[in-house]
Amino acid sequence: MKKYLLKRILMAVVTIWAVITITFILMHSVPGNPFRTESKMPKVVYENLQKKYGLDKPLSEQYFIYLGKIVRGDFGDSMKSRVETVNQMITRGFPVSGVIGIEALLIALCFGPALGAVAALNQNRWPDYLSMIIAILGISVPSFIMGTVFIQFLARNIGWLPIGGWGEFRHSVLPSFALAFLPMAQIARLMRSSMLEVLNQDYIKTAKSKGITKATVVLKHAVRNAILPVVSILGTVASNLLVGSFVIEKIFGIPGLGMFFIMSIGNRDYPLIMGTTIFYAIILVSLLLMVDIAYMLIDPRIKLVKEGR
Amino acid sequence: MENVLEVKDLKISFKTFFGEVEAVRGISFKVGKEETIAIVGESGCGKSVTASGIMQLLPMPPAFFKGGEIIFNGENLLNKKEKEMQAIRGNKISMVFQDPMTSLNPTMKIGKQIVEGLVKHHKMSAEDAHKKAIEMLELVAVPQPGKRINQYPHEFSGGMRQRVMIALAMVCNPQLLIADEPTTALDVTVQAQILELMKKLQEQLEMSIILITHDLGIVADMSDRVIVMYAGQIVETGLTEEIFASPKHPYTRKLLASVPRLDMNKDEPLYSIDGTPPDLYIPPKGCSFYDRCTEAMKICKDHVPDLNEHNDTHLSRCWLNHPMAQKVYSMDGGEK
Amino acid sequence: MKAEYNLSPDLFNVASREDRNAEKIHRPSIKYWPDVWRRLKMNHLAMTGLILIIFFSIMAFVGTEINGFKYFEQNYDLINVHPNGVHWFGTDELGRDLFTRVWYGTRYSLFIGIMAALIDFLIGVLYGGIAGITTRRVDSVMMRIAEVIYSIPYLLVVILISVVFTQAGQGSSLFILIFAMTLTSWVPMAILVRGQVLQLKESEYALASESIGGTKNWILRKHIIPNTLGPILVNVTLSIPRAIFAEATLSFIGLGIQAPKSSLGALANDGLAGLPVGNAYQILIPAIFISLVMFAFNVLGDGFRDALDPRLRK
Repeated sequence: MKKYLLKRILMAVVTIWAVITITFILMHSVPGNPFRTESKMPKVVYENLQKKYGLDKPLSEQYFIYLGKIVRGDFGDSMKSRVETVNQMITRGFPVSGVIGIEALLIALCFGPALGAVAALNQNRWPDYLSMIIAILGISVPSFIMGTVFIQFLARNIGWLPIGGWGEFRHSVLPSFALAFLPMAQIARLMRSSMLEVLNQDYIKTAKSKGITKATVVLKHAVRNAILPVVSILGTVASNLLVGSFVIEKIFGIPGLGMFFIMSIGNRDYPLIMGTTIFYAIILVSLLLMVDIAYMLIDPRIKLVKEGR
Repeated sequence: MENVLEVKDLKISFKTFFGEVEAVRGISFKVGKEETIAIVGESGCGKSVTASGIMQLLPMPPAFFKGGEIIFNGENLLNKKEKEMQAIRGNKISMVFQDPMTSLNPTMKIGKQIVEGLVKHHKMSAEDAHKKAIEMLELVAVPQPGKRINQYPHEFSGGMRQRVMIALAMVCNPQLLIADEPTTALDVTVQAQILELMKKLQEQLEMSIILITHDLGIVADMSDRVIVMYAGQIVETGLTEEIFASPKHPYTRKLLASVPRLDMNKDEPLYSIDGTPPDLYIPPKGCSFYDRCTEAMKICKDHVPDLNEHNDTHLSRCWLNHPMAQKVYSMDGGEK
Repeated sequence: MKAEYNLSPDLFNVASREDRNAEKIHRPSIKYWPDVWRRLKMNHLAMTGLILIIFFSIMAFVGTEINGFKYFEQNYDLINVHPNGVHWFGTDELGRDLFTRVWYGTRYSLFIGIMAALIDFLIGVLYGGIAGITTRRVDSVMMRIAEVIYSIPYLLVVILISVVFTQAGQGSSLFILIFAMTLTSWVPMAILVRGQVLQLKESEYALASESIGGTKNWILRKHIIPNTLGPILVNVTLSIPRAIFAEATLSFIGLGIQAPKSSLGALANDGLAGLPVGNAYQILIPAIFISLVMFAFNVLGDGFRDALDPRLRK
């Protein structure tokens, strides 16, 4: 198992490196020069700026300088903001996004499996249909639409729920729910099919033959086994949460990392774009790795360390 | 001898998309104290459905009890509510299943799985349950029980897993054990061990066993009485010696003939019964074995055979045993 | 139980052989694809999806011609008009008729979705097919590369590429969009195809067919392809809403199609500005359309999957 773990970590590092490199190449292959898009500026200023951002050096050198900086955790200076570095912006925005992300994840993890299990236990009856309709809506209605609907129909009518902004707990309620719908739906659907498969297994019959209550059979035997595949898609879930967050932040006007990201795209602030992209990639890859490890820990059939017999 | 279990004219059917399938079409039998009854028949004859039906472990849609009674300790199980059945399952009647590789929960330690029923039925403390689990593992001859009690199913071999299953089924001292093809999925040598184990436990715990199998060798070894099922009905029943010595139904005769023997000529083709069992969507009007019976008479097609009582214990359903039947020459020489 | 009727001795004569039929088969055998179609038809939800898709596809072309307005026609006298008898879906901030624009946008969204799915399919089948048929070594190298490509966060790459190849403030060209979206999403299809090819390469079909004289080509046509078609169909159907979703998200952050052309996502983005000022219809209508289209493809894909699953046979 250790070998597998090492391989996964290696893959993670390679992926991050690939993202850095691709980002770098892309950013520097933008036709024209980032500064050209600005209004005409004096030649001296232009040359100074070039020097400052190291744009006068050969490309390969710039690459290694940049790589070096990243490894040390320095994402450089923003091209548009005169006051902050990229690092500072990330530090400012990430906690905000993090809070919403975690809330959304918790919502998805609470309601998703429950919805799926209820559906499986009542197959082809109304609880099943209802749960599955909710799930299909969850995967068909993009999160920004969900957010818009929430704003239009909930925030406008319920005073306590603000239409946007940030500051108190209540500001995070609607955004988290809007963000949570897709992952919750994915988990619910997977849980349902997983439960259905588990309920057909022989060991469920064995459990019943012992005369234990139906609740115990469901919880201790069925759910315990059915939840395993759900753990394995948490990686995809995390990825979706990440991407969904940009959009949600835009709609609700939340000053998170996503907002910076979108802003940087709009402004063509290349260092910021690169910085946030790489940061996102690192987060994502780390989450995926953690999910893999978690799965290995949970399933008793896979052991990280071989025990003596 | 009082009867632990008495099944009277049991009928079980399944509602399906295409219609009703009559899986069990009116069977009756008794199981006495400390007796071992074998139910034999080919796949699809209804023996497993009967077994699961006694425990009421069938999925209730689409299955349903069409008629009959299951009397256990004087009470009709079919009248019992689910909660009452739960008190009986694992406690008074237990079951051992066919495939040990899939019959245990892969994510639960086996010690816990063994005493789960015990804790519920006898309200034992965790400590006592733990001790009992080790006891049970010793009983079924699993080495190093104290250590293995904390292991997971995938750490056991097939034969060991079946022992765990047996331990699980025995832990509450049931009066009746239903074993549904307990050795079919195991190696032959392991088979013998498991059967030995069951015999030993039966003596120790004064238990009755219903043994479901298609292997006549096991039947000869383990059972006191035999029930032969075909297409949802009992076609013959009797003491094991009677059935083997003088089978009265063509199907039984053919079953016995198809068991390969050590003293057979190597070049002789293996005997097998032509054809397949009837489709139970459209149950046959007369004798269900008619289409495959080489000794069939005209009456067999449209008339269900009467019950023939050869003596107190030996019964069969075949027109050939009717006084009016001529002695028809049968291909395999009948008597063994 | 003794019968009460009289039994004539004749009845006890041996029955003739012809009268017995040991191999009687009572039910007609079922052919594969017609059965799949039958099971799909039974799935009402999937059928709803299919009908919606057909409806939207037709309307995507017909809908823009219905009420006479052009999608780019601006009318400054009639900006932000709520839905009424003339402008059935109202107008946007430049006075353009939303009914026409929405159907126009549907056209683009559908086109992008289907194109992306098709390209994923082509690349995936090619790559996966080659990987499956070729030697072990080449196969594992190919799979390694695919793994790395796939682990690069999809939408991030899409966004980056779009950013690079477009000017600020404008949208991306169609080509760039589709290119960006299919860059990493073909991998699951490739893995699927490779798996099927490998499976069938070794499987009984090939063995049995070869043993009765079938050539490798015939085996491919008659056995491998029909068996692979099922899961591929499901995958393609389900990747369409994924692509539409990606495009909508891109549009929503300003990287979508160039104006005045539009897609549903871009329309939603435009409509966002209308939300705080009481013109919610501007975003809600395209939003509903996106949801319906995605819903339709999702349930159809689900339907295919269930209809093809042998375990669910009724």
